Amino acid sequence: MRRIRVIPVLLIQNAGLVKSIQFKKHQYVGDPINAVKIFNEKEVDEIVILDISATQAKRAPNIQQIAEITGEAFMPLAYGGGITRLEEIKEILYEGAEKVVLNTSALDDPQLIARAAQRFGSQSIVVSIDVHKNWLGQYKVYRNNGTKNTGINPVELARQLAELGAGEIMLTSIDRDGIFGGYDLDLLKQVTQAIDIPVIACGGAAEVQDFQQAVSIGGASAVAAGSMFVYQRPHRAVLISYPSQQELNEKLFSQL
Amino acid sequence: MLLIIDYGIGNLTSIRNMLKKAGCPDALISKDKAAIAEADKLILPGVGHFDYGMKQLRQADFFDTLNRRVLEEKIPVLGICLGAQLLSQGSEEGAEPGLGWINAYTRKFDPARMPGALKVPHMGWGDVAIQKESKLFAAMPPDPRFYFVHTYHLVCEDPADELVSCTYGYPFTAGVEKGNILGVQFHPEKSHKYGLQLLTNFIKYY
Repeated sequence: MRRIRVIPVLLIQNAGLVKSIQFKKHQYVGDPINAVKIFNEKEVDEIVILDISATQAKRAPNIQQIAEITGEAFMPLAYGGGITRLEEIKEILYEGAEKVVLNTSALDDPQLIARAAQRFGSQSIVVSIDVHKNWLGQYKVYRNNGTKNTGINPVELARQLAELGAGEIMLTSIDRDGIFGGYDLDLLKQVTQAIDIPVIACGGAAEVQDFQQAVSIGGASAVAAGSMFVYQRPHRAVLISYPSQQELNEKLFSQL
Repeated sequence: MLLIIDYGIGNLTSIRNMLKKAGCPDALISKDKAAIAEADKLILPGVGHFDYGMKQLRQADFFDTLNRRVLEEKIPVLGICLGAQLLSQGSEEGAEPGLGWINAYTRKFDPARMPGALKVPHMGWGDVAIQKESKLFAAMPPDPRFYFVHTYHLVCEDPADELVSCTYGYPFTAGVEKGNILGVQFHPEKSHKYGLQLLTNFIKYY
């Protein structure tokens, strides 16, 4: 049986846990450490924590908060937000995170990826790419938490990042974020066909069948979701959840 | 006293965090040879390149102490991830000889034997099959699964040394046990209640 990693993505803004819709309308959904505790009890495969306010505020990663979080996380954890230096990556990994996630700094300083991969191994370097589809149907990479268009094609960027030594690409569709409409399978296909490193699909998941499609059709190696794990539909009531092993076996692993 | 060997490689805090949860609050992270000489049991962690790991051990001048403690005094040692590979004779990843405590060799995943959708490194959770009776897997919750990140895996010369196997494209050795020498390719410190049980057993029964 082939297991696929199913990864909750948690967003931190000004020390609180938030969830967005299309990278906007951030809503407070709770305390990050409490959320990590709950996800830990639910035995999630892996967890991604992104401080989305750090880069904007030009703030370095909060190592103390990371240590508090990793102290509650007995699964692999990837941390991103505000990372610009090799030394910060070292501290984050030392505190017990398995991986770091680079986004804005990967565009500003691509050599950081190469140096980090060389020093800590590619497996600990995730680069996230946020993509918006414009009115012409073209995919463009956005930066600074989805606020600035770089004009870059995501497939081109993914190739370069893989070349530099990134271990994984976390590919997020800004348009699908928080709207429960399924992943952008076309975007996924384009990127997964162009590179050999694993791609984590993100943006749009509503149910376990969406994971299966991201893998079978999109070619993703892992799947991530935010809203699906922190909201209960239809009214977006905050309720942390995660599919049971039985459900994952039946609807995902056994279907691959 | 349980000592986690610090040879400048790998994420030691998360191992200590899990040991705390497993009821061993005073595990020592140390690069001090004298401390290794005093320890009751050892954990040899590690993430990274095989040759780099062996060179780091040599540079720290740990070889004699480790060989005496493990081979003559037979204190329990648990290798994790690269630490498990270092127990072997050597690796396809490099040219350095391994510690040679287990009659095994470390080989790269062979893409020719795997379906195309599977990528190397193997990164993610794997179901393991226990190959022989061991205290390390005592009271293990049903359907044990563990978190793996690796490009290379052990191949035992003596099948009797294989403790657990996992399948990624094809079955491979995910853990070994030979007397006081144990190694696991996966990360128990990242593997929820399964890893917690395994480390609890290592503390309790070895």
